[in-house]
This record gives sequence, C-alpha cells and structure tokens, in this order.
Amino acid sequence: MMSARIGLGSVTRRVAFAPVIGRNQIALRTLILKRGVQIQSLPPSASEEILNAQRLKRPSSPHFTIYQPQLTWLSSIANRATGGALSALLYGFSLAYLVAPDTFTSVNIVEFVAGLPDYLKYTGKLILAAPFTFHFWNGLRHLSWDMGKLLSLKGAYRAGYAVLGATAISTVALVLM
Amino acid sequence: MHVLAKTARASALRSCIRSFASSAARCQATPLEKPVLNKEFKIYRWNPDEPAKKPTLQSYIIDLNQTGPMILDALIKIKNEVDPTLTFRRSCREGICGSCAMNIDGQNTLACLCRIDRNPSKNSKIYPLPHMYIVKDLVPDLTLFYKQYKSIKPYLQNDNLPEQGEFLQTQEDRKKLDGLYECILCACCSTSCPSYWWNQDEYLGPATLMQAYRWIADSRDSYGSQRKEQLQNEMSMYRCHTIFNCARTCPKGLNPAEAIAKIKLELAAD
Repeated sequence: MMSARIGLGSVTRRVAFAPVIGRNQIALRTLILKRGVQIQSLPPSASEEILNAQRLKRPSSPHFTIYQPQLTWLSSIANRATGGALSALLYGFSLAYLVAPDTFTSVNIVEFVAGLPDYLKYTGKLILAAPFTFHFWNGLRHLSWDMGKLLSLKGAYRAGYAVLGATAISTVALVLM
Repeated sequence: MHVLAKTARASALRSCIRSFASSAARCQATPLEKPVLNKEFKIYRWNPDEPAKKPTLQSYIIDLNQTGPMILDALIKIKNEVDPTLTFRRSCREGICGSCAMNIDGQNTLACLCRIDRNPSKNSKIYPLPHMYIVKDLVPDLTLFYKQYKSIKPYLQNDNLPEQGEFLQTQEDRKKLDGLYECILCACCSTSCPSYWWNQDEYLGPATLMQAYRWIADSRDSYGSQRKEQLQNEMSMYRCHTIFNCARTCPKGLNPAEAIAKIKLELAAD
C-alpha cells in the first residue's frame, strides 16, 4: 500500500522476480527513471574539493558601511585621520622649506596670512585647530589606556565625551586667539 | 411553609441565572484580539547554489503581535511560515551557545538576546557578522576563528602536577578569571573590530586574545612565559588599537579590550 502510493510498487515487484545478480541494477535504473534525478556517489575525499570550490566563490559580508556609528570606532578613525593629516602638514612644510627656503620663511608666511580676508583667516584657523586639539586630547586618552586606566567601557565613553568637549572649547579658544 | 420557601429559592435562582446570562452576552461577545502590528525585516541573502548573483537584502513583513519578543523568534517565524530557504544558525535560544551571533541594526549581538524594536515605522536590518566569508545567508565561515582560538592552546598547561588531588588556587587568584571565563566564543567581538576586519589573517582578534589572557592570568598554569612569547610580535596582538568596539558589542557584557591592555602591560614589564 505504502510503496504503491509512493510509486515504488512496480520496481520492488520486478526486483523480487529478477535473478539475484541483476537485482540491484534493475532497481537502480528504474528508480532513476521514475525520479528523474541523478544521484552521484562520491568518495569522502571529494568533499574537500567541493568545499574548496565553494570557498573560492564566497562573498565577504559588509562591514563598516553597515556597522552602527559609535563613539568607539569613530573616535579611533578620527584620531588616525587627524594624526595623518597633521603629519602630512608637518612633513610637507618641512620639505617645502628645505626645497625653497627663501619662499617659506616665517616673515613671508606672516605677510601672506595678514593679507587674507577675515573669513579665510578664521576658517583656516578652524581647519588647523580642530584636528590638532582633537588629536592632542585623544592622545591623552590613549596614554591613559596604555597606563591601564579608564579601561572599562564606561571609562572609555566618559573619556571620549570629555575629549570631544575639550576639543570644542580649545578649538574655539585657538580660533579666537 | 416548606413548599413556599422552595419556590422562592427557585425563582431567585432563575432570575440570578437570567441576569448573569444577559451580562455575559454583553461582555463575552468577542474575545480580546491583539491588533495587527506589521514590521519590516530586511535580511541579507546569498545562495551558494547561485554564486554569480550578488548578495541582496530581502524584505519580510511579519505581525509582531503573532511573534515572540526576540529577533530570533522573528527569524524562526519567517523560516517556518514565510520562506523556508532562509538560513541561519541557532541552538539554545537563551544566550549560552553563541550560535545565533549576527549583525542586527548595525550592532553585533545574539539574535536570541536581542529584543525586537516594536516601532513599526522603522525596519530592522539583519546582516551576518561583518567582514566574514559567507557560507549562506546569515551563516559565516568561522573556520579561521576557531583555528586562531586553537592556536593559543586554550587549556591548562603545567608540568608540575600536584602530588595528590587537584590544583589548588586562592580565592583571590580565582577572582582574576571572572569576566574572562564566561566567553562563549560567539565571535561578535572579533567581527566588530576594525583591526580584525583588515588583518584577520594575522591578528588574532579580541575573543582569542581574551582567552589567551584567561590562561596567562590563571595561577594554575605554568606556561605563561611561552604564551606571552607567542604574542610578542607585530601582528598577533599589537594590531589592537584600543578601539573598544569589542567591549561595546559583547552580548555577555565582557571586556576583551581590558584583557588585551593587561597583556600589553605584562609584556611591557617583561
């Protein structure tokens, strides 16, 4: 009854009457015809190959584009970016002075800045002061971690907000100087 | 007298039943039914049978009033009732096996410990753990993660066995392991770490390093110097820049950043 419903009735019946040697082949061939699905038998050693073929095509999941913006990693990347920018400025200016010492003298720079309109002076100061103060205060935060202080999550966050506050105040102070 | 009392009681009973029946009809007309509260879930899909197709976000809308409170309940409901091809790992549903670690609304956490935000106007985005190779949908390949864990020899090493019984430890020494041994290796912290994203082939990552410290800090282990020696190079541990994403995301409330900072202090003192 069960086998008849599934559609194996005729197969099993024919296998039962076939000579013993031929039985398996008949059962297999008829089953394949009925199912229309090829079943390949592979040795266990072949699984590694299949897995490796799959591994080559696996995509990498998205990371910083989908990760929630948090003070933790944003302050870290900002520290690196400001550090890089300040270093580039320092090295750039030093190299420029080395190449053309007459053009990049202090007197020349003071004259050049004095000739600029006020709004350019203030934006220039802001662009210089904000990264510098942030990198300075956040550097202190990093030093405290390296000394084993403020290592709790709460400590890290409090220090992070303190850095942002100190950056804002000292940036305004430097811009107004 | 007797008959009179009997009839009076019967009529009182009848009127009582009648009044009760009428009030019941008013109150029990409709059983309380919760209103439909539909919320959209956007879930990362990728099928290894069609590797050429780019990973996509597939949208599912389900009724929160017919769903359990956690993200895992929603995923199971989707798999059972909407789309059986959705693939994810899950086992204990109570935050101790670490199987259902994934990125939910931008943060790595365990789906079974993460409540569904019941605001229906905002959708919930569910991605697999970040910067991992994807086996299918929400299932990342953790082979390398487990290999890294194995590489720090996460077991007791001591050549001087006690004469009899077990290794003894003071209560203070035992306390040093609190906040370290509870890690369930769900990989939430390692895959939240930007340093691990860029250097996972060489940097061990917060989960593995915290377990390295767990054995360095254990008073019963005598291989501390070898364990530290193994980390004394540019990549294994010093790619940690104290970002704190690990401590922020840990679903068990542990602090790998602190453990790594302590290893750094011990290495500096060596």
